[in-house]
Amino acid sequence: MSILVIGLNHKTADVEVRESIAFDSEKIKKALNGLLSLAGVKEAIILSTCNRVELYLYADSDLKTVERVKQYLAEFHRFPFETLDGALYAHGGVDGVRHLFRVASSLDSMVVGEPQILGQLKDSYDIGLKEQSSGIILNKLMKKAISVAKRVRTETKIAENAVSIGYAAVELARKIFGDFSDKVFMLLGAGEMAELAARHLTGCGVKEVIVANRTYERGLALAMEFSGRAVEFDSFKQELSHADIVICSTGARSYILNFSEMEKIMKARRQRPVFIIDIAVPRNIDPKINDLENVYLYDIDDLQGVVDANRNERLKESLKAEEIIDGEVGVFLNWMQSLDAVPTIVALRKSAEAIKNEEMAKLYHKFEGVDEKYKDAVEQAMNSMINKLLHQPTTALKGNDEDKDILIYAIRKLYGLNGK
Amino acid sequence: MAILDLMTGSKATSKGMVVFAIAGFTLHTLNVVLRLTISGHMPTASLHEAASFFTWCIVLVFFIIEYRYKVGLLGSFVLPGVFVLMLSSSVLPRELRPLPVILKNSWLWLHTILAFAGEAALAVACGTGIMYLIQERHVKSKKLEGLYHRLPSLRVLDEINYRLITIGFPLLTLAIITGALWSEAIWGTFWRWDPKEVWSLITWLFYAIVLHARLTAGWQGRKTAILSAMGFIAILFTFFGVNLLLKTFHGFE
Repeated sequence: MSILVIGLNHKTADVEVRESIAFDSEKIKKALNGLLSLAGVKEAIILSTCNRVELYLYADSDLKTVERVKQYLAEFHRFPFETLDGALYAHGGVDGVRHLFRVASSLDSMVVGEPQILGQLKDSYDIGLKEQSSGIILNKLMKKAISVAKRVRTETKIAENAVSIGYAAVELARKIFGDFSDKVFMLLGAGEMAELAARHLTGCGVKEVIVANRTYERGLALAMEFSGRAVEFDSFKQELSHADIVICSTGARSYILNFSEMEKIMKARRQRPVFIIDIAVPRNIDPKINDLENVYLYDIDDLQGVVDANRNERLKESLKAEEIIDGEVGVFLNWMQSLDAVPTIVALRKSAEAIKNEEMAKLYHKFEGVDEKYKDAVEQAMNSMINKLLHQPTTALKGNDEDKDILIYAIRKLYGLNGK
Repeated sequence: MAILDLMTGSKATSKGMVVFAIAGFTLHTLNVVLRLTISGHMPTASLHEAASFFTWCIVLVFFIIEYRYKVGLLGSFVLPGVFVLMLSSSVLPRELRPLPVILKNSWLWLHTILAFAGEAALAVACGTGIMYLIQERHVKSKKLEGLYHRLPSLRVLDEINYRLITIGFPLLTLAIITGALWSEAIWGTFWRWDPKEVWSLITWLFYAIVLHARLTAGWQGRKTAILSAMGFIAILFTFFGVNLLLKTFHGFE
């Protein structure tokens, strides 16, 4: 038996397939029971997000079992097997462990380093625990995956820098203003990307939101959504004297704000810093105003540049993460191997021998000058005691019990054979 | 160690820096206290002592700011300067000197503590000013790399800078006033146009302008940062330059 991962993700399956294979939590419970009833499957956990569906199993990793699980998945969702089979991947043993660690650390995500996946994985693990579909092996595997993900997060900068325009804008605003609780945000014009960026910014808690749009009604609707106030478009220059963060995206064909106007506005603002994001194409704001003191103007290309640089940075960091993961995969496999019967029996014997030797040494120390033959007699008595004590556990370990893993696990724990 | 932190930015070096700074500060405190108890007066009688005590004050201010704002990297900008100051203090003659009796009174305590505390605050303000300028450069030029990620926000840097100047400036003012009163008590005149006095006045005026411009014309951010960095040069000159290059009756020798 070994670790087996079967699943599909955004790289192998398009959204229609992913939708039809996705599980909600009720379905997960049902499917877990179903999976455990399959021959060769011993433990199971199901992860289902919008970008991936994966089954983590402790099972026989022969082709037949893999095939059975795939069949089951298709039947469960009443989905044509051939289409599904084309999208599924299966990783066994080392590869399976590595795959899970990479997923948990967000190396396999659509946006490398995004943080949600770890939470989703924890939820899946919780369901597995509650349904008792996971046992010693998968429990250990999941705990390890979570701790590996945390290690990757703290030891690399994989999740550090923003990789979307909206987040990049928020991050920049943070570097300028620290916190936003006393800052006024203004949205100039509307548009999908501008609204998205606005949502990111207002989500961080600004003091006030102002919306200035050419069609006042549309502006009003947006203002309602952000619980701000709408103003007539033409008054935006007055509003600029107290707006600190501005996102601008109007359909204007020429600059709506020029250098000398901004210079005047800065005087009215008493030089307080202002951060203007011009994501309109063609640009709405004279790029020269970036030369004014305490004015920080970014256009869409600037932000895209930031995002690209951050993406590259994340890719570089992901190499470090892979190294961490390689090491941890090794640690986990060692643990799994220790669960084999033979090394456990050997370890059990060794530990008993060690205790015997220790006690003999103490005894000899007390009775110096005692005849050799008495010593031999004592040692023989001890040996036969060890043999008798270990006879039952050894036979149990050598047997072919259903719950052998649990037995091995228990013995290692009870006799302190895990080195710690 | 501080410079190492600037380069590597790993947590281990940051921690190492703090540990070294605390250890150094503890030993330094011991040194200051020893000199104080042996000589019986403020350990500012020679230029060596003064420089050493000045450094001690800067590190104290640094610890307070670090504790209050938890600004990463501040140490990397302040402690190298501290190191240079300490080095320059260590090459100066270090023997204990008796102080002329006429100078030994409570004015000595008051005047020197005020002056040193004020100047130390302004020294750390210089550090935050430089940090502001670097961070501002990053944001303005849109090159968001290197130190950009590790330096704090412009607002925090500006805030600390302003806070330090508003603390340092009144202390400097009081130092000059107590100095004048002390002078009156000894020599019977408040002001003698000694180079030390003149340069202190220049420094004082400089910071007065900085504060005035900020309060009336809304000068903040880059301009204040540049000025606070320059102001520290004036302080250093008043502190060392005047004693080494110009003739002054004012202390230390």
